[in-house]
Amino acid sequence: MNRGRMWAVARNDLRQLRHSPDFWAPMLVLAALFFVIIPTVLLLTITRIGSVGTVKNVSAALEVLPQAAQEAIRGDSPSDRTSYALAVYLFAPMAVIVPMTISTAVGANALVGEKEKGTGEFLAHSPASEREIYLGKLIASLLPGYLTTLVGFGLYSLAVNLIVGPHVGGWFFPTAAWWLLMLWVVPPFLAITLSVVLRLSARVKSAAAAQQASGLVTLPLIMLSYAQSTGGLLGAGAAGFWVGLAAWIAAVFGLMRGAHAVTRPRLLGVDS
Amino acid sequence: MHTHASVREKAAASGGEPSGAPVVDLAGVRYSFGSGTGLVDLSLSVPGGSITVLVGPNGAGKTTALRIVTGALTPHEGTARVFGLEPSGAEGEQVRRRCGVVAAKPALYDRLTGRDNLRYAAELFGLGRDAPVEEAAARFGIDRSLDLRVGGYSTGMKTRLALARAVLHDPDLLLLDEPTSGLDPESSHAVLGLVREMAAGGATVVMSTHLLLEAEGLADQVVMMEHGTAVLAGTTEALMRRYWPRPVVRFGAEGTAGLDMLSTMDGVFAYSPNGHSAEVELDDLARVPVLVAALAAAGVRLTFVTPHERSLEELYLRVRLASAEGAR
Repeated sequence: MNRGRMWAVARNDLRQLRHSPDFWAPMLVLAALFFVIIPTVLLLTITRIGSVGTVKNVSAALEVLPQAAQEAIRGDSPSDRTSYALAVYLFAPMAVIVPMTISTAVGANALVGEKEKGTGEFLAHSPASEREIYLGKLIASLLPGYLTTLVGFGLYSLAVNLIVGPHVGGWFFPTAAWWLLMLWVVPPFLAITLSVVLRLSARVKSAAAAQQASGLVTLPLIMLSYAQSTGGLLGAGAAGFWVGLAAWIAAVFGLMRGAHAVTRPRLLGVDS
Repeated sequence: MHTHASVREKAAASGGEPSGAPVVDLAGVRYSFGSGTGLVDLSLSVPGGSITVLVGPNGAGKTTALRIVTGALTPHEGTARVFGLEPSGAEGEQVRRRCGVVAAKPALYDRLTGRDNLRYAAELFGLGRDAPVEEAAARFGIDRSLDLRVGGYSTGMKTRLALARAVLHDPDLLLLDEPTSGLDPESSHAVLGLVREMAAGGATVVMSTHLLLEAEGLADQVVMMEHGTAVLAGTTEALMRRYWPRPVVRFGAEGTAGLDMLSTMDGVFAYSPNGHSAEVELDDLARVPVLVAALAAAGVRLTFVTPHERSLEELYLRVRLASAEGAR
């Protein structure tokens, strides 16, 4: 396999993405909502309003959390403890939803887009192998979502530490479990989703069909990964590790199967 | 810019074709689409350094044949060898590295600039940062538009860019699928100029076209395709000789009745009056002075006498007609 060609395919897709504000502008808004706007507004509200009834109710609900998670919550007052729990256990698993949404949107168009625009013909006649094309498309789909998440969480960390930190004894985010989530749990779930999306993208006739089918197929995957990530954050480190390991195995299997979906006749839009 | 020699030396080192063997050799190729048949028992041999023109109606299989050559499609039956290698197998990469393709639609990335499109091709063909992007663009007169988005290019500019991309790596085999379709005369001229230039440089060219005038005087070999197979192949001259083995001369006269005497004269095989002129099929062009003298002696006032060169279009229509009659 020629890595240069694989990266060339990825770079070309990313370059096109950069020149498509109609695509990335809504995605930026989505990321801003999840990472900055909603958490900032909610956490500012909770830390400012103090111990009103609603906050007390949320604080009481924290008792349903696993023991390890309850012990990790910092803060003396109900509002401080609620703010901390929301920052760590509610908003942090968004790390899974945002990259999956962005990457699914990119990936769904990756192969069928070449077919629709006719550029698949150029790729089909090029020296790039099907595997190089597939991996290039995979990288190009994965990077925007993952990078958006990393940058988004940088801003998110800043916001929650500035808003909640003074109430819980200083900067507290990212936590150890969050690092595990970001580096071990999120990537394989992302890879599983993309392996499915790229296979769909290679088989369908239009980008619209790819988007619709991807939405249907990946929604359960997003819910599953969100649930698993939340569980990983709430539970002990070992739980997150095993969830991640299982996801990695499934991802490798999915990617290997997915690579066969890219064929030259499909790039040409030919039924054979 | 890479020279032809350097590329061919490189190709030879990576397992080139045996000397004297055809560059493209398709034998009994069949390819079926889900919805129908693309190729049926297509055999085609393209000698190195030649220009082969595929002509035929829509759906004749010209595009499918070109796709088989690069290995983009795998024959369901029969064999395809290009540079002595199998394009759809493990050797496909070696074949495609030596091919330059211009598809029927330019297949360009509209959101990117012309330069980005060429750079992408350079990366896929392993040319690195020293790829002759500027030179390739200048060769087709689009160097000034290189930093503009391709979406804003005219059809002609897009075709020129696709051509620049196809020759960027100085291919040994150039495959052009109706490259002049929808182009203005200037752009068409540039395309045909490229074909001649590439062939003069030692490259092999296979081109499909609807425009038979283009093939005339350009093709070393004409392949007429119909229903997925080659119904006729050969040099233009050989094909003309096969269908019209004898020379034809057109006579024009003020009164057509006088020309009728040609039908009974020695050496005349066929006589076809047509308004104020007549077409005469002769055993030899050397008979023309004798015929002219005889007509003049009979008082016929000739207005012109000219040898009639059959066009590829006439040949094409005759083959199509024969094919249609055969089908009935």
